[in-house]
Amino acid sequence: MAVITYLNAISQALRGEMRRDENVILLGEDIAVFGGAFKVTRGFLEEFGEDRVIDTPISESGFTGAACGAAVEGLRPVVEFQFADFIACAFDQIVNYAAKNYYRWGIPMPVVFRGPSGGGFRGGPYHSQNPEAWFTHVPGLKVVQPSTPYDAKGLLAAAIRDNNPVIYFEHKHLYRRIKEDVPDEDYVVPLGVADVKRAGSSLTIVTYGAMVHESLAVAERLSGEGAECEVIDLRSLSPLDRDTFLTSVRKTSRALVVHEAQLTGGFGGEVAAIIAQEAFDVLDAPVTRVAALDVPSPFAAALEDAMLPTQEKIYAAAKEVLEY
Amino acid sequence: MPATTATRPSDELSRDQRLELFYFARLTRDIEERLALLYRQNKVVGGLYRSLGQEGESVASAYALAENDAVAALIRNLGSVIVQGIRPRAIFAQYMAKGTSPTHGRDLNLHFSHIPNGDDGPIVIGPISTLGDLVPVMAGVGLGARMRRRRLVAMTYIGDGGTSTGAFHEGMNFAAVQKLPLVVIAEDNKYAYSTPVSQQMAIPRIDQRAEAYGIPHEMVDGNDMLAVYDASKRAVDLARQGAGPSLIGVDTMRMRGHAEHDDMRYVSKPLLDAWEARDPITRYRAHLIETEVATETDLVEIEAMSRQYAEDEAGLAEADPGPDPATVADGVVAGGHFQPSVEIVRSPFRVKRGASRHTQPTVVHP
Ligand SMILES: Cc1ncc(C[n+]2csc(CCOP(=O)(O)OP(=O)(O)O)c2C)c(N)n1
Ligand SMILES: [Mg+2]
Repeated sequence: MAVITYLNAISQALRGEMRRDENVILLGEDIAVFGGAFKVTRGFLEEFGEDRVIDTPISESGFTGAACGAAVEGLRPVVEFQFADFIACAFDQIVNYAAKNYYRWGIPMPVVFRGPSGGGFRGGPYHSQNPEAWFTHVPGLKVVQPSTPYDAKGLLAAAIRDNNPVIYFEHKHLYRRIKEDVPDEDYVVPLGVADVKRAGSSLTIVTYGAMVHESLAVAERLSGEGAECEVIDLRSLSPLDRDTFLTSVRKTSRALVVHEAQLTGGFGGEVAAIIAQEAFDVLDAPVTRVAALDVPSPFAAALEDAMLPTQEKIYAAAKEVLEY
Repeated sequence: MPATTATRPSDELSRDQRLELFYFARLTRDIEERLALLYRQNKVVGGLYRSLGQEGESVASAYALAENDAVAALIRNLGSVIVQGIRPRAIFAQYMAKGTSPTHGRDLNLHFSHIPNGDDGPIVIGPISTLGDLVPVMAGVGLGARMRRRRLVAMTYIGDGGTSTGAFHEGMNFAAVQKLPLVVIAEDNKYAYSTPVSQQMAIPRIDQRAEAYGIPHEMVDGNDMLAVYDASKRAVDLARQGAGPSLIGVDTMRMRGHAEHDDMRYVSKPLLDAWEARDPITRYRAHLIETEVATETDLVEIEAMSRQYAEDEAGLAEADPGPDPATVADGVVAGGHFQPSVEIVRSPFRVKRGASRHTQPTVVHP
């Protein structure tokens, strides 16, 4: 065990999987010589060589398609997008090629697409997005979003070993901010299993990614006021572990869904719909969502703070649900 | 394929124009020097992407445009929007995320647009970060202008790395088959972030990208301002005559890291030293003196004026307020209340053409 950052946990998983399986290769911009824009792959070129750590041209669609082709040949490529926002350039290869292959031909497509996502650090409209809902709508793709170093490492190992295309969004604002004790050895956090990050009986908060930490802070504050929140970290959006949050809602009778991405068409709508349909009988308050405003991510701090869900907004919404 | 000296378009530049070119390049560098200072004081929000060593090519290429033409800069093409009259204060305000910036704090650095009222004034199309996307967009600006029977030329820039995108290829090809009035300046500045050009393309010269589109192309010394101007002017003239798009490759060097945070230890010292000796502004300055276009005193005066202007403009922007958070959701779709504005200014060298000095800007509200 050692205390490591969220970023180091991602590096550890990649390194571990590359040592474990020589079919794991990495492709991306500036990942080899430079070690990646965020230094996730620092030292990888030296350890694994240029055949397995490939600096690509700025051709997202090209190297995404190539990764899929290499997967057909038996490799397990991990693609890095320098920022999650630029996955848009590879959208067609992912949603039309990678996602549909198994269903059409029974050809597995073990490719992981990593992208640093998320806002809160004044990156402006093209370096702050949370594009998970672009992909959760597409059958054939798995989508995961870790919130802690432990989960980051275990989910990435599971994603690499999975025989399906997996979108792995890592929140860049957590990279160096979040640290915890993580086992040195290999382990997996299975895809499709949520985690109860805090137990409670008054209100269920269903969340994922960076908002897990904001929700936990709100739960702590509410605990001081006598309300115990159960904070559920989905970890995987697709496949989705419905049982964990439905079981929780059956216990608390109140649900708040929180994510950093914009509200409309966001994944929270799916969770809210499942709760409304499956747990209608136990609900004591409307299922409520807290998410970013439906605007592009603005640059200036004052604007971005107004746009993003904050602890204040989560707290206010939680109070409303609790007092309904 | 350098043209013979007899036919160089730059031969026709007046003394004032030659000095103005110098002034614009100097001003570009002075603005960035100020920005670097503000960056170190933590007043710049986000990164600072400098064009040090490349100011000459951005300025000299845009200088080939007419006043009402359209230009789309990438983050390293500050010089091109300065030539087209964007007020430096707007640049400082963008970098400091001020509410007075052209995007009112919504987007960063050179990410802003200016569409004049009517057809009078420069068109500036702001970039998005996704590299390559501006090429098809500017092809479309050319298409729109042609359909409206305007003899407008659209110019944009692309880095060596950016030429590897699908969008670049699709845009170039579309412009070529439609014979659109587009000029693309492809900048070989040796790196795309940390990636050398050799990892980006298997051709020896960036302008050879154009072979695939069947359009005119040439490679120029990007640190020779008059050579860049000449090639650009020829391409702009072709485009304006309806002869279709061209691509100009500029051989240059990114003299700083990808952004200020990048210590660029992947770039060798001898390479930087070699390019340092080819600094475009130093070279052009020496040329002005050698050809007796200007005296040392003239140039020192221009340099002082440029430095002072950059400093004053930075000061004004620094004092500006941030955006009002209550406006965050305004104008997500057309019909909202978002009313951006950019001031268009003229350089002191254009006074003779009857326009105001840069200290008395013309305010244009789109
Ligand atoms: C489609 C896309 N992929 C990745 C990036 C991230 N990125 C920003 S600048 C850059 C390097 C650009 O290099 P180049 O085009 O040569 O321009 P230069 O920085 O040298 O001026 C990269 C990879 C991006 N902006 N867009
Ligand atoms: Mg470059």
